[in-house]
Amino acid sequence: MTQHTPLWEVFIRPRNGLSHRHCGSVHAADATLALQAARDVYTRRGEGLSIWVVPSADIVASDPQDKEELFAPNADKVYRHPTFYEVPEEVGHM
Amino acid sequence: MTATQPLYTFLLRLGDDHLILGQRVAELCGHAPMLEEDLALPNIGLDLLGQARALFSYAAEIDGQGKSEDDLAFCRVERDYLNALLVERPNYDFAHTIVRHLLHALFMQQVWAALEDSSDSQLAGIAGKAAKETAYHVRHTSEWLIRLGDGTQESHERAQEALDILMPYALELFEDDAISQAVADAGIAPQPSTYYEAWSNRLGEILALATLERSSGSVVLSGGRRGQHTEAMGHILAELQYMQRTYPGLSW
Repeated sequence: MTQHTPLWEVFIRPRNGLSHRHCGSVHAADATLALQAARDVYTRRGEGLSIWVVPSADIVASDPQDKEELFAPNADKVYRHPTFYEVPEEVGHM
Repeated sequence: MTATQPLYTFLLRLGDDHLILGQRVAELCGHAPMLEEDLALPNIGLDLLGQARALFSYAAEIDGQGKSEDDLAFCRVERDYLNALLVERPNYDFAHTIVRHLLHALFMQQVWAALEDSSDSQLAGIAGKAAKETAYHVRHTSEWLIRLGDGTQESHERAQEALDILMPYALELFEDDAISQAVADAGIAPQPSTYYEAWSNRLGEILALATLERSSGSVVLSGGRRGQHTEAMGHILAELQYMQRTYPGLSW
């Protein structure tokens, strides 16, 4: 079945001003049907104002085996987090 | 015949189309050919049920006998249902489900568009909401039919067979009679025959993309608008009415 209906990743933008977020995947024969399937499966409760679908096969992903060299070096660099600044009162919620 | 009777009958015809087609589509909940359609078809079925509710509520209101939308939906005998025969045809396969729905949705797209300009403001309101839902039904079913027709040899053959079988039923939608004449004279809704040309043109565009042929025959299989149904109708009602027949007045 996946031969005729490959996998598509679905991204939904919940409202204006927010970015599209990955919410799941669908099987569909082509882009038009993938968009419809995404609408039918993921926006039934008013979750979205915009949908992107992307062929899963076109996503380039990092290799889990590379996680040590890619991500571990950041663990001890706390100075990259903006936690050493006092936020002035008048700025309010950031 | 009272002054409101043509409108009441008109509302029942439209409401029954939506109730029965909604029931047919809902039968596929858990049985669709793929998970995505398993959600899409009941979504569409619930749209139809919502449209039926609005029409039945209004029908019950103008009837003025204290009936509810549920009374109209669940507590009539087969001969009192006035849906077109098309919507009661079974889900033989996915092609039948899609073709049946497209033929009806293309018709309703015209009806809702006309009703938005109806002299009856309540109907115009119902039409305004339903038109958006129906536009998606047309999109969903037409895109599917294009892929079934222009797909594999088997999907093409099944789509063509469904079209050949269902087309004579679809033509019933465009039949005029004294009721539709009275409703047209009151400025409520045009005669069904006036929708035919635009329906036929739009269908022709979709069938061309789907590489499907419309048979030249003009056979019309009708009777539903007068309460004369196919053998399928009793089976639908047996399921649809089971709870209200077994536990009258039940609610939850």
